[in-house]
Amino acid sequence: MSEDKEALFSKKNIKLLTDPLNDNNPITVQVLGICSALAITVQLKPAIVMAIAVMFVVVLSNFTVSLLRNLIPNRIRIIVQLVIVAALVIIVDQILKAYAFDVSKQLSVFVGLIITNCIIMGRLEAFALGNTPWKSILDGFGNAGGYGIILIIVAFFRELLGSGKLFGYEILGHKGVTLAESTGLYHYGYQNNGFMLLSPMALIVLGIVIWVQRSKNRKLIEQH
Amino acid sequence: MDYINLFIKSIFIDNMVFAYFLGMCSYLAVSKKVKTAVGLGAAVIFVMIITVPANYLLDNYLLKPGALAWLSPELADIDLSFLSFIMFIAVIASMVQLVEMVVERFAPSLYNALGIFLPLIAVNCAILGGSLFMQQKDFANVGESVVYGLGSGIGWFLAIIAIAAIREKIAYSNIPAPLKGIGITFLITGLMAIGFMSFSGIEL
Amino acid sequence: MNTNSNSYTLIFTLVLVTVVAGLLAFTAIQLKPLQEDNIRNEKMQSILASIGVKESRANSGAVFTKYITKQLALKEDGTVDPDVDAFTINMKNEIKKKPSEQRYPIYIAENKGKTSYIIPLFGKGLWDDIWGYIALDSDKNTIIGAVYDHKGETPGLGAEIREEWFQKQFIGKKILDKPNDFSKNNFVSVHTVKGGAKSDDIHGVNAISGGTVTSTKLSLMVKERMEHYLPFFQSKK
Repeated sequence: MSEDKEALFSKKNIKLLTDPLNDNNPITVQVLGICSALAITVQLKPAIVMAIAVMFVVVLSNFTVSLLRNLIPNRIRIIVQLVIVAALVIIVDQILKAYAFDVSKQLSVFVGLIITNCIIMGRLEAFALGNTPWKSILDGFGNAGGYGIILIIVAFFRELLGSGKLFGYEILGHKGVTLAESTGLYHYGYQNNGFMLLSPMALIVLGIVIWVQRSKNRKLIEQH
Repeated sequence: MDYINLFIKSIFIDNMVFAYFLGMCSYLAVSKKVKTAVGLGAAVIFVMIITVPANYLLDNYLLKPGALAWLSPELADIDLSFLSFIMFIAVIASMVQLVEMVVERFAPSLYNALGIFLPLIAVNCAILGGSLFMQQKDFANVGESVVYGLGSGIGWFLAIIAIAAIREKIAYSNIPAPLKGIGITFLITGLMAIGFMSFSGIEL
Repeated sequence: MNTNSNSYTLIFTLVLVTVVAGLLAFTAIQLKPLQEDNIRNEKMQSILASIGVKESRANSGAVFTKYITKQLALKEDGTVDPDVDAFTINMKNEIKKKPSEQRYPIYIAENKGKTSYIIPLFGKGLWDDIWGYIALDSDKNTIIGAVYDHKGETPGLGAEIREEWFQKQFIGKKILDKPNDFSKNNFVSVHTVKGGAKSDDIHGVNAISGGTVTSTKLSLMVKERMEHYLPFFQSKK
């Protein structure tokens, strides 16, 4: 392997970045990191913050572990990885509490649960332990991006249909107490689907996202 | 809070899988056969009963603001709560290791049944989630944290067995090709979660 | 180098733990003041919102002192306990104590020459804690504003207590049967009515449809908390 001579953005490296967005999406194909993916998708804003937080942790932990990959004693590698990830997550949590207080309240325990987000441990074990730091960073961005896209899609539908808003702005009009006071769609009797805000709908929306993705990309279909 | 109330609530209403989606990775990966699902479910209950109270003690006597007051009054101002994530996950990982060794030494038959699942559990979000919710719920004593750990574990156990049984059956059904496997599992889990919602509001 | 030897593993662990602990302690200490400001400003923001002053969280700290003239910690008999700082009372811990040991914080505000009294609320909702602030006019009878918040009520149902349409209904309601009589028998508080309160009901507001349990628990909380302030109001008559 002549890694030194390989260009920073060679075809192979670009593939590391783009593959997880569709063909090898961590959520819909590898089925990792579902835990936190669903609970915080009621609104777009926390979903995006979560995606950024996960990106921060995946990229940095991939980078750190890849740097240390020849130094980590094999016997305790899982716990070393957990410690590195947990330290990064604590930093994210502290930063959110200081600079994005409202979002950190909405995310509550799910920030802490980034530690056990299977995407992170999965990428560390499967990729960072055996690859160079630069590739690991790209891999981190790719996987966190794939995770973020799904989060944003699910949150978009849940916020739009569930509360008629996007990023907290009432884009379908304002809902007053009576029809006459309402504007936009609500004036014609439109009602928000409150059910979209409840947890089961996150699973169902994600199921539908997978359905649509696999109908378009038929090589992902499982044959069991 | 009343123990029975807390127990029922943590199994059915605050169900780890259906209400908070915790432990979904192993829930989806190990639910193709009922037999393996039972093994993993039992291991989760087992680890939950140990780690939730252990972390409760850690939180209350070491990490919380003022928790160190029992050592000396001068330490009452120290707030180590920023370390809670790392301490919880360290306790969980080492507990899992410890449980694995103890079970292997003293109950080989149990080890044969649970053994392969134990390492998987250190990174199961339901376990860490149990501890984080325990911290957030601010229980009054260790007893409540034991009950909460047990209840959440049982809730997770029920969920994975139910989905495994359904998946064994639907293997023979005619499902649209793109929905096969993971897609239909999500939809079914969603429907099951709707079913579990009917428990909400129950108070004993 | 043998990375599997015991001594190597031990040294590696020690170095890792030291580095990580140092890094975390540094971040935590650096960010702590900002985090505490956020929590304090948010509390001030909610208190101001209950008397109808809408400020951003960042500004609330500065505006707070302009409106809130007094912060008192009351004993059960309505007298002021000068040793306790009302603002630092943690309601969550306070309500677990016996009524005689509790201190009851009250904020007195001056807005456009009018005095109002703000009472902090805290209680259990359907799932978890609910809390808020309710502000009374200078007659200590008419509600001029209320804000509520919650930790884990059902989204779209019980969680609506956080919404303006629900909170607005409390404005103008009375807590006493007959004005100016602060005896317990005369105190009725405000309650939520399932299916909608009659328009001439001065003590009732509409419950949230689908969020009945949260609504009921909320009115219990309002009643339980406000009752403790009757002796103080009596003395201020």
